[in-house]
Amino acid sequence: MTVPEVDDEFDERVAAGLAFLRRRLSGQYQIDEFGFDPELTEQVFQPVLRQLYRRWFRTEVIDVKNLPAEGGALVVGNHSGTVALDALMLSVACHDEHPAHRYLRLLGADFVFRMPFVSELARKSGATLACNPDVERLLNAEELVGVFPEGFKGVGKRFADRYKLQRFGRGGFVSAALRTGKPIVPVAIVGAEEIYPLLGNIKPLARLIGTPYFPVTPTFPWLGPLGLVPLPSKWLIRFGEPIHTTPYADGADDPAVVFNLADQVRETIQTMLHETLELRPDPFAA
Amino acid sequence: MIAVANGSAADRARAPRVVIVTGVSRFLGATIAARIAADPRVHKVVGVDRADPPAELAPLLRDVAVRRVDLTDGASSLVKLGAEALVHLAVMSSPDPEGGGRAAMKDQNVIGTLQLLAACQQMPSLRRLVVRSSTAAYGVSFRDPAVFTEDTEPRDVPRGGYGRDILDIESYVRGFRRRRPGVTTTVLRFAPFIGPQADTALLKFLARPAVPTVLGRDPRLQFIHVDDALEILRRSVLEDHQGTFNVAGPGTLTLSQAVRRSGRIALPVLEPAMHAAASFGRGVAGLSLDQVDLFVHGRVVDTARLVREYGFTPRSTADAFDDFVHAQKPGAVITPALVAAAEQRMLDMIRSVREKQGRAGR
Repeated sequence: MTVPEVDDEFDERVAAGLAFLRRRLSGQYQIDEFGFDPELTEQVFQPVLRQLYRRWFRTEVIDVKNLPAEGGALVVGNHSGTVALDALMLSVACHDEHPAHRYLRLLGADFVFRMPFVSELARKSGATLACNPDVERLLNAEELVGVFPEGFKGVGKRFADRYKLQRFGRGGFVSAALRTGKPIVPVAIVGAEEIYPLLGNIKPLARLIGTPYFPVTPTFPWLGPLGLVPLPSKWLIRFGEPIHTTPYADGADDPAVVFNLADQVRETIQTMLHETLELRPDPFAA
Repeated sequence: MIAVANGSAADRARAPRVVIVTGVSRFLGATIAARIAADPRVHKVVGVDRADPPAELAPLLRDVAVRRVDLTDGASSLVKLGAEALVHLAVMSSPDPEGGGRAAMKDQNVIGTLQLLAACQQMPSLRRLVVRSSTAAYGVSFRDPAVFTEDTEPRDVPRGGYGRDILDIESYVRGFRRRRPGVTTTVLRFAPFIGPQADTALLKFLARPAVPTVLGRDPRLQFIHVDDALEILRRSVLEDHQGTFNVAGPGTLTLSQAVRRSGRIALPVLEPAMHAAASFGRGVAGLSLDQVDLFVHGRVVDTARLVREYGFTPRSTADAFDDFVHAQKPGAVITPALVAAAEQRMLDMIRSVREKQGRAGR
């Protein structure tokens, strides 16, 4: 005998799946002006990333209440891990752990948008180029924007320098927050440093294939494609208290104000990193 | 005696009495010339083109005084007409294989505009200049912001000929603005036109059953419905709108989405192959480098300034595209009805299997 309820549930899922396929095949879905495709993100990208987030990295979130439930905000995090998985995991955290299920609109280097396929995946998942016009446009549209001011200096640093914040560029992200009057939410991400411990960088090879660096890790390139599997470190993502930018609104074009505020954000994240690290004595704990 | 420009604000806002329209032997020019001629405040419309208008446009041009002028030879014959407004639409977006190809296109776009603006400078009566430009004016670069506002400066020069012509045309117009600040100069940066007819190179391309695309790229596209473009042009001539404006349907469709909505099949091609096909001779399969640029980078513009200034919102890119899809149905391969039918068939199949199981179980 078959159990009717199980059948019904199965049928509903099949029907929903077919309806999803029909919408996709006939182009009946909406994207925003940046190319963000919420349906594809929700139905395809997030479920894949969620497995990595929950099962592989066993991610825990601290103080997600510091993330505003509505309105624009600039989420600033530390960058690490050779491949920018930390950005993707942070977007899962903002969507899954926050009651408002917010989408994090990530900012990527132009390198990302130069690459075929990668550029389109980035746009469809809501990312855009890290440039002030785009950041201000997203913030004014009350979106949550994710930025990693260390850039390649952060992802491409050696394992020996783990959890040491690198220089924060010119602080362009701060002037965008000042100009739009949106708060800055500092975030410390612990765990991404251990996924691909970077031992060395083969610069000539990087230049040859046009990447910012060519990583050498304990498993890559020695194990070939198997070396691409990230090590299953334990992740903690901690959201700091929002830094309100309205008091500095007049200083958006003053390099000194911008630089000082960027430095304050950097110090905050560094302190949060040290504190959060102490909560996780073993990088590969359960 | 001709009325002197730079009058009072009320005088500036007044509809022009004599209007020159260039490019009247094509649909856009002929239609806008006819609409302006239909306005009772306008006394005379002079239509200019280097070729005689085709027979099907003749009914539109009944009230328009058509003159055959090749702008590349100079436009001094237009100086004495006492024109108060000039609409420059003789800008080609793709080469005409029968009309001299790319070389003639560049001549008409660049030299034609240069000569026309030189003539405009000698017209004391001129109060208003409207120039057709394109969103191609933003160039193409991977470091471009996602959405262009009118103030965005192009980072890199485009590969496509039309894009380069547009940059030249706009630089000439900037020069004209400096020399004749009293003339209201309206530059309209149009997104690619769309409507029921597939009458541009891009639309002909999108109307094919299989649409070649660039492998690994899914550009964001924007269109402006021809009817909305005409309305903006009409207002630009009859009202006073100083400045540069993006003219596009709000929102965007990706190329893959557009191909699916029109029931076509995407045919992904490696970028170098597409580049080669576009550069070869006159371009294989109607391809041009302008399209390769568009198909790699996509192009989305902000229309807030247009909506604010004109108080008019063009229909969205998706709606404008729907109009095209409806008219181009015969070429569709995978229609929405076909997809819906396939979905229904699968659901029915599952249901029938389930019913059989149910009966067997009992």
